[in-house]
Amino acid sequence: MTSESLWSIFINASLVNNFVLAYFLGICPFLGVSSKLDTATRMGGAVTFVMLVSSVCAFGIQMLLVAIDAPYLKLISFIAVIASTVQLVEMFIKKVSPALFRTLGIFLPLITTNCAILGLALFQTNKGYSFVQCIVYALGAGAGFTLALVLMAGLREKLELAEVPDVTKGTAMAVMLAGLLSVTFMGFGGLGG
Amino acid sequence: MSQAELASRPAPPSTWHMYRAMVGVGVFCGLLIVSVYQVTLPVIEHNKAVALQKAIFHVLPNATTSTTYRLDESGGFVVLEGKGVGEQLVYAGYDGEQKLVGLAVEARGMGYQDVIGLIYGYSFAEQAIIGIQVLESKETPGLGDKIETDADFLQNFERLDVSLVDDLSQLANPIVPVKHGEKANPWEVDGITGATISSVAIANILDASAQYWMPRIRNNLSDFERED
Amino acid sequence: MALPAKSSTDEFIKGLWRENPVFVQVLGMCPVLAVSNTALNALAMGLATAFVLVMSNIVVSSLRSFIPKQVRIATYILIIATFVTVVDYVIQAISLDLYKALGAFISLIVVNCLILGRAEAFASKNTVARSIMDGLGMGVGFVFALFCLGAVREILGAGTLFGVQLFHDSFQNWVVMILPSGGFFTLAGWLLLFNWLEQRKAKRARLATLSEEAAR
Repeated sequence: MTSESLWSIFINASLVNNFVLAYFLGICPFLGVSSKLDTATRMGGAVTFVMLVSSVCAFGIQMLLVAIDAPYLKLISFIAVIASTVQLVEMFIKKVSPALFRTLGIFLPLITTNCAILGLALFQTNKGYSFVQCIVYALGAGAGFTLALVLMAGLREKLELAEVPDVTKGTAMAVMLAGLLSVTFMGFGGLGG
Repeated sequence: MSQAELASRPAPPSTWHMYRAMVGVGVFCGLLIVSVYQVTLPVIEHNKAVALQKAIFHVLPNATTSTTYRLDESGGFVVLEGKGVGEQLVYAGYDGEQKLVGLAVEARGMGYQDVIGLIYGYSFAEQAIIGIQVLESKETPGLGDKIETDADFLQNFERLDVSLVDDLSQLANPIVPVKHGEKANPWEVDGITGATISSVAIANILDASAQYWMPRIRNNLSDFERED
Repeated sequence: MALPAKSSTDEFIKGLWRENPVFVQVLGMCPVLAVSNTALNALAMGLATAFVLVMSNIVVSSLRSFIPKQVRIATYILIIATFVTVVDYVIQAISLDLYKALGAFISLIVVNCLILGRAEAFASKNTVARSIMDGLGMGVGFVFALFCLGAVREILGAGTLFGVQLFHDSFQNWVVMILPSGGFFTLAGWLLLFNWLEQRKAKRARLATLSEEAAR
């Protein structure tokens, strides 16, 4: 349990230490999915949900591992849990709302390799957050990820129609944009204090 | 498909093969992890102990040995035995003649960018903090990280007053951050221009920690005296 | 016409330049950009990743007939996670300072798409010897790319390389280079360079074929 307030944790995870723009986590889907606005929002929503579930499971696993004194199993158990969570979430959504499942499409399985989810589990364990702090942290991280994704998608949609030098086409331009976004997010520094 | 092709197609793997693979690989991986863990554990523990000692002796310059104490249920301090996971710990420093020199306490709190972790040394004789060392910080390089290097700022902690009121129940004056150049009292922390939030954070972290520990420590002073 | 069998050295070299994992395939960057703010950190992270890559290639390749297709991804991830855990403890034992600098990002090597990608695309279908070469090549290419990133960031952002002061005191540190944005900019810069080199090569090749046809 740390002394950070819930509000501070949320602001930190979503803005000041944004998972994509400050920690470089979730870059793969960030660069791959962020070309259309509506896919970006849906991906963001799916990721936030998986983050919430994984965060809770990671909290439980950490307590168990401490109790049986097997800290070296942390990584393997986290990965296993994340992979199974994504599977379960996929099956659950398929049953409960087939329409939502169709719109999410391929994105659900892609979330498994999203470093942001594992990163979330590892960071919250290192910081020793309590259960409520974990939930807020996951919500903040998911919100920040969605925000970065949506901003990036908006920018790239506009860029499709602009004239850019040949050399910069493709990933190089996307990475430069990400860098500029990262600089702007630095302006949030000190907000969470 | 022709009969020949059907016959030459490999048989689909049985459940036994799948279990065998997963369990076999699992056992191999498990053994590998556990053996590496056992081999590296003593080295890691040793490294951590050395790093901690270095930090303690940096904030308590006159100490040559140290003992770890934990806060127990009665509110007093007992020598720590074993690992001390989840316990609240303080580190007592003794000089060459086994005399109590001071106490080192770890503290954490929110800085500008992320959490700052530090350790500070408390001197009984001076009733003041006589040194701090930042253990972990992610403050902005070139700006916030001046809390670790700025000579004027570090001078604050050569004698930061944390004396208690007469009945030893709380700090006589809380540690307050002030603007650079405005320090008038020994319990104020002179800030760094351009790194205001980080320096204010240090002052707040120290204040919160001192408010908690100082009354407890001074009320149980005898717990730390070493028997000769 | 049958292609000549690739020599082992070819497997090694392709990872260095032609199929460089970071600059060409743009794979496995996630955990890596955050800790490449000094040359030493970048090097350490690159070596750790390369170690896991080679070891997992070896294990996956030697067990390739033992692991049925249905459970392959799960077993690959298990193997990779094991070696990452091993690296995690080894680094802690070697240097606590380095471990503090790299932090949780060592564990994040496990989701580095590069390692799983090589296991699936190569190690599961080739001999152990070839897989070692492939792993080493990709690994060295990865370390090289990371070093480029880390060195540029450290030189511009702190005026040092491996902690050694390079410039006169009056050198103004370009602090943004050490910050996350600097990581993005540096990577973009290197990608630009690679793109430009590729385009120049393609243009030359086009000119060469055109002049060949004109000559005939």
